[in-house]
Amino acid sequence: MSPSLRAAFDLLPEYLGWHVLLSASALALGLAISLPLAIVAARSPRLRWPVLALASLIQTIPSLALLALFFPLLLALSALSLSLTGRGFSALGFLPSLLALTLYSILPILRNAVAGLTGIDPAISEAADGVGMTPRQKLYQVELPLAAPIIMAGIRTAAVWTIGAATLSTPVGQTSLGNYIFAGLQTENWVSVLFGCAASAVLALAADQLLGLVETGACRRRRVLVIAGLAGLVIGAAVAIAPLAGFGKPASYVVGAKNFSEQYILAELMADRLERTGGQVSRKEDLGSAVAYRALAAGEIDVYVDYSGTLWTSVLKRADNPGRKAVLAGLTTELKRRDGVLVLGSLGFENAYAFAMRPDRARALNVASLTDLAREAPQLTLGSDIEFLSRPEWKAVDAAYGFTFKTKRSFQPTFMYRALAGGDADVISAFSSDGRIAADRLVVLADPKGAIPPYDAVILISPKRADDRRLIEALRPLVGAVPVEAMRAANYSVDRDTAKVTPKEAAQALERALAPR
Amino acid sequence: MAQPIICLEGVAKRYAAHAALDGVDLSVGEGEFVALVGGSGSGKTTLLKTINRLIVPDAGRVTVAGEDVASAEPHLLRRRIGYVFQEVGLFPHLSVGENIAITPKLLGWAPDRVARRVETLLDLVALPREVAARAPAALSGGQRQRVGVARALAAEPALMLMDEPFGALDPLTRDALGTDYRALHERLGLTTVMVTHDMAEAVLLADRIVVLADGVILADGAPADLLAGTADPAVRALLEAPKRQAERLRERLGA
Repeated sequence: MSPSLRAAFDLLPEYLGWHVLLSASALALGLAISLPLAIVAARSPRLRWPVLALASLIQTIPSLALLALFFPLLLALSALSLSLTGRGFSALGFLPSLLALTLYSILPILRNAVAGLTGIDPAISEAADGVGMTPRQKLYQVELPLAAPIIMAGIRTAAVWTIGAATLSTPVGQTSLGNYIFAGLQTENWVSVLFGCAASAVLALAADQLLGLVETGACRRRRVLVIAGLAGLVIGAAVAIAPLAGFGKPASYVVGAKNFSEQYILAELMADRLERTGGQVSRKEDLGSAVAYRALAAGEIDVYVDYSGTLWTSVLKRADNPGRKAVLAGLTTELKRRDGVLVLGSLGFENAYAFAMRPDRARALNVASLTDLAREAPQLTLGSDIEFLSRPEWKAVDAAYGFTFKTKRSFQPTFMYRALAGGDADVISAFSSDGRIAADRLVVLADPKGAIPPYDAVILISPKRADDRRLIEALRPLVGAVPVEAMRAANYSVDRDTAKVTPKEAAQALERALAPR
Repeated sequence: MAQPIICLEGVAKRYAAHAALDGVDLSVGEGEFVALVGGSGSGKTTLLKTINRLIVPDAGRVTVAGEDVASAEPHLLRRRIGYVFQEVGLFPHLSVGENIAITPKLLGWAPDRVARRVETLLDLVALPREVAARAPAALSGGQRQRVGVARALAAEPALMLMDEPFGALDPLTRDALGTDYRALHERLGLTTVMVTHDMAEAVLLADRIVVLADGVILADGAPADLLAGTADPAVRALLEAPKRQAERLRERLGA
């Protein structure tokens, strides 16, 4: 078995357990909401239309957006609850994923249940009244049993949708089979991506088949089939969830990471150091850029690495560029004052936005700086990562140089480099610590006007851990210890096409490279 | 007339602009077999359904055995009244036996008493006991309506309401079932109110015929008295129809 496949299998119990727990809970909750709602809607034609329209509307929201929207909503609710009752709750991970997936599972169940309940032969309904059933007896003894096959078909659809959409809960910090896909996409580990897809598909098929057994049983009035299907579901879910009991101990430290290779490696580097001090560590990876800082300030994660320029522009909303040292000093005092966040220090390298071109193209167009680029921009295509064009850094650079690109296209970072190599983009918004700049011998354009803020990688510690000596002592040696060459090499070892290593292995190699200090 | 078991006073029911019942007074004595006849839209089915409160009248009062149905719990009222209708409405997810047992179970009878009752009823409606385990879909139309009658009789009601009960059956089955039911009516001492649009069926089965048109009662009496006593040409035409039919049949068949 290949090492990457073995690594994927090692992670399966945890990822599958969370995936099953999440989808099963969402489905159960969705059922608990949509069945009573369907009964009310079936009874009242006046309510039926608005209820079904609302459920359809929810379904039209892209599932990733629905998941993302619950994070700020829950964060606000948690803050409110904290101020009212003194108790907050986690706005990251399980809760937003559960709520979004629950909403998602409602429509198929609701629509089928309403169709099943309203489609009952009026003669049978009249007979139920005629023999002297109460409305409740009629519901349980006649209407629900007769609508059961149609309702079960709706539950099957909801189960398949929910299991598929649950892979999207990874970016809001919930471990799922989506971790294979998101992490694999960032590190170009296609084995991991395929493994995630296959695992999620197998799970969906298994759930669908077992629910199908229940449906057939309900259809043919065969109790044995219903019981067999339900038992299969319960036992399967229990076996999948059981390993979580082992992970269930509350980790004392939560290390966060955004969604690219360098972040995974640095998270592993920090986690490894914390584990060596005897600490329990869990990881929350693939967090969105804005999500990560808010999660840290709210104490959802304890530590992660961010970049000074990002914090300066996105968190402090500053548009000026007073220089590398001043930015770092400003951040240290301002973040402490504003949110109680501790800036432990810079790791020693920068990961700035850097406009990069293929050397042949740069030479042909005679472009060496952003000023030259602005001159040639009308005939060029800019490739960027998905968030860059909406970030303040881009606005600052654009304001300084006045770019008018022919077209602008957004990519996942991985595909951005591919687009540059393949000629789909002429210039890209690369990252200065990215190993691929050196490996592909890309030309990094100079910034004579100093419009791009400095991007020192800094370790941030949450307010509640700001006085945690064990954490601080374990991580302090990393301050100033990671030269940009070492980081580039580590990033490249994960990103390259051949002989790639996992972020954990890259972190171990990086640690060894730092060891002589 | 014997002690009235059903009593309607000034009962009215409107559907939009149409008056289905327009101030109807009617009283039915214990042991009577009453046929409600009239054309489509005459209000006969509406009248029947006000008795077990499947339809709530807009005005007037309906009493069953002295109790105002408006103040009765509908499900408790209906468990005391047998109800049979043209579409039968057997529950497709239950066996024949379970269909018959439904009202006794709702009333909380002991399981062995329910089982004995199902057997008795199958005998009573002349169905073999083996059909108890079958699904309703496996029976013929006539057998299904026999099950419908058995289900209505299961909780030993004194009063039976029947809405065109034999209307969808072929003539032979219809005749056999009608005759069998009339015998049950005698044997069990029932009171029966039956809606039918077939005057011959009404004349053959009922002791008393109530003719309705546009929500009012046009005539009410025993078949023979009705024909002799009415001046209304519409009622005469209705009553004479089966007689004329019988005479023509005799001519053509040469009996």
